[in-house]
Amino acid sequence: MTLSVNDLSYTYNRGLPTECCALHDVSFELSGGCVLSVLGHTGSGKSTLAQHLNALITAQSGSVAADGIDPAGGADARRSVRRRVGLVFQYPEQQIFADSVAEEISFAPKNWGADEEEIKRNVAWAAQAVSLPPELFPLHPHSLSGGQKRKTAIASVISAKPSYIVLDEPTAGLDCVSAREFEELISGFAGKGIGIVHITHDIELALRVSTSILILEDGRGVFYGTPGECAEFLCSVPVKGLVLPEVLELSKRLRSRGVIDTLEWTPEGLAGRLEEKWQMRTR
Amino acid sequence: MANAYKIALGQFIPADTPVHSLDPRAKIIMVMAVIILLFVTHTAAAFTLWFLLLMYVARLSKIPAGVLFSSTKPVLILIIFTSCLHIFSVPGEKLFSVFGISATKEGFILAFLISFRLALIVMYASLLTLTTSPSRISDGLEGLMSPFSRIGLPSHDIAMMITIALRFIPTLFEETSRIIKAQESRGADFESGGPVKRAMAYIPVLVPLFVIIFRRADNLAVAMEARGYRGGSCRTRLNPLRWRKCDSMAVILLGVLSALIIFGERLLVR
Amino acid sequence: MPRETQFILSGAEFSYPGSSGKVLSGIDLEIRAGEWVALLGSNGSGKTTLLKILSALLVPTQGSSFISGSSQDDAACGRKAPCAMVFQNPEDQIVASTLEEEVAFGPENLGCPAEEIRRRVTHSLEACGLSGMEKQLVSSLSGGQKQRLALAGALAMQPAAILLDEALSMLDPQSRRAFTEIIASEHAKGRTIVQVTHRIEEIRLAERMLLLKDGKIEFDMPREDFFRMRSEDLAAFGLELPPFEKLCEILRIRGLLPESCAADIGAVETYIYDAFGK
Repeated sequence: MTLSVNDLSYTYNRGLPTECCALHDVSFELSGGCVLSVLGHTGSGKSTLAQHLNALITAQSGSVAADGIDPAGGADARRSVRRRVGLVFQYPEQQIFADSVAEEISFAPKNWGADEEEIKRNVAWAAQAVSLPPELFPLHPHSLSGGQKRKTAIASVISAKPSYIVLDEPTAGLDCVSAREFEELISGFAGKGIGIVHITHDIELALRVSTSILILEDGRGVFYGTPGECAEFLCSVPVKGLVLPEVLELSKRLRSRGVIDTLEWTPEGLAGRLEEKWQMRTR
Repeated sequence: MANAYKIALGQFIPADTPVHSLDPRAKIIMVMAVIILLFVTHTAAAFTLWFLLLMYVARLSKIPAGVLFSSTKPVLILIIFTSCLHIFSVPGEKLFSVFGISATKEGFILAFLISFRLALIVMYASLLTLTTSPSRISDGLEGLMSPFSRIGLPSHDIAMMITIALRFIPTLFEETSRIIKAQESRGADFESGGPVKRAMAYIPVLVPLFVIIFRRADNLAVAMEARGYRGGSCRTRLNPLRWRKCDSMAVILLGVLSALIIFGERLLVR
Repeated sequence: MPRETQFILSGAEFSYPGSSGKVLSGIDLEIRAGEWVALLGSNGSGKTTLLKILSALLVPTQGSSFISGSSQDDAACGRKAPCAMVFQNPEDQIVASTLEEEVAFGPENLGCPAEEIRRRVTHSLEACGLSGMEKQLVSSLSGGQKQRLALAGALAMQPAAILLDEALSMLDPQSRRAFTEIIASEHAKGRTIVQVTHRIEEIRLAERMLLLKDGKIEFDMPREDFFRMRSEDLAAFGLELPPFEKLCEILRIRGLLPESCAADIGAVETYIYDAFGK
């Protein structure tokens, strides 16, 4: 059971003077319980890719398949793809519309025709998964704080029990404490067997949470591999719009000067490596 | 997302052409005159001439004809509806009948002429908005309305309201499609069912749309205040309106052409 | 040379009409012309409200606020705003449809003559890396370009102070860098900068940090002191050290990096290479 994308291409305003290629021959494969981060500059085609996964956009060439179902197969196929793949938009304001948090979270299971019991169960499960306390259920979503709004948005997607979730920049605009919480949320979902596509331009975050990483540059997949390979790639090839994080940059410089022999991208990792080296020297 | 923006209907397309650089007051006067004159002419020949004039100006202003044609999309339903009404209600030579109501040849001719006129009106109006930025339109309107401000008409406020409304049109489209996508992605069904069911599916779209638009309007008001906006008094302009010789020439030329079309039509009909 | 005063707040309090809770209380603050001040704090600490008081969009409900006029009197054209603000969302602060009209909006409101507006438009767009795009549509710009346009619109008012309300938070790293460079060059020209944020990465160049908590200024310190704060203390303000500073902190705690070594990649690299490499 996988979410797979093969040679996907998409061009906006085809045939018009404003024609613009958003995706060009992009491929990847994601299984349940794994986290795929999609890295790229603004306008690299990340959001277009996200909308393909949820069948909001139909492939112009190439294909998308969720558990073997291709959304090109008509309205029914599109609906079953949406059922399997949940999409959380970048800004919760874009998707929140109900009068209360509970109603918002129950929107998706209702649409998929769940019965009353099941809806209740799903809502409780989803709220708990994002640690949204039940006291908030009767409140109006727009009266919540930024972090709580985002949790509501995520809960309202996972309440349909999708096999895969696509998160579009889930930490943009959040303060550090809330951003940290989301990181834990992502690994929590993966632990529950959900496949996650995580769209971001934060290299450090991607390196920390992912099982695999796809880098897009002007709509082309220029890299696809593990975080370790990704760190190597970023250190050797400049990618448009991506700035090498400082810890990785320092790690790269120290490696090239022979101080350490592996790349590290977390502060704890690099500090640990340096400490090891220091102890070896002083011994 | 960044550079894949769509052209909203009738939205300003910047270019450096004689049509773009005309005084917006001249353009507003001329478009209004043509729209009125379209109701004075009644024959296919006259409409064809108006159409040729439109195409010529479009070429001058480097607006692709396709963009101009597609600007009639929003009134397509209106055109079809009135056409049907005319085809089946005008008495004359019977061609065929549906449910006992007969369609007539005269009805078809009239429907064609009225659709032609309606499409021309919309395209002329779009030509104005395609070649004039919202701020210039608003300056032009303010200029044309300014004689009335002496009798208490808040001409600046009206013009600014129009500018902001025009500026919000693309925003409105963007937000609507975003919300529809967000709901569709969670299984909301906009595709199946009868027209009533489909229309009902759009109700949940309106609630967040209003919330978002009001919030954004609020933010914009604060941003305008922060940039020193205090209403019309003592505001200056980057491009103050200047009525030049070519503006007068354009208006006179249009007057002559219109007179020729109307006079020619009278001769023909007689 | 003592610098002129830009803002003074004394005993300022603020509460929104209809709500009893105070968003700000007991604010005593003086900001001098040419300073670069960062206002830090978690969501709901009152930092945006404080910024709005500085920009005169809000008036304190108690206490007094003084905002000085333009700092230097330019004889050529005195039409300057005391301060101009750039907001978080670029989409929400754009009034006009083309770039030049957008930048002209501020000077038009100040009543500048047409040639002066033209000069300011050209100059501001150039400063923000958007020259030659005067006639283009705003809708054709990317998010980062739109935010730079908003900054150009603010600069065209020739303000003594630029106020940034989380103006970087919706930008990607590259646009953020470009935007910060423009701010730095404006600061070098003597403009006061007041910046609201909850990300430490964005304020590495600021000279003075104000830490807000529950509507009060808890700390007011120069940059050097701020970057010596421990991550536990920062967490109380909803702040987290950026990864690189975090690395330096760990290394210092474990005795691998001396206090004297600056938190700068080049400096750390050189130190470690010298200590470890040979």
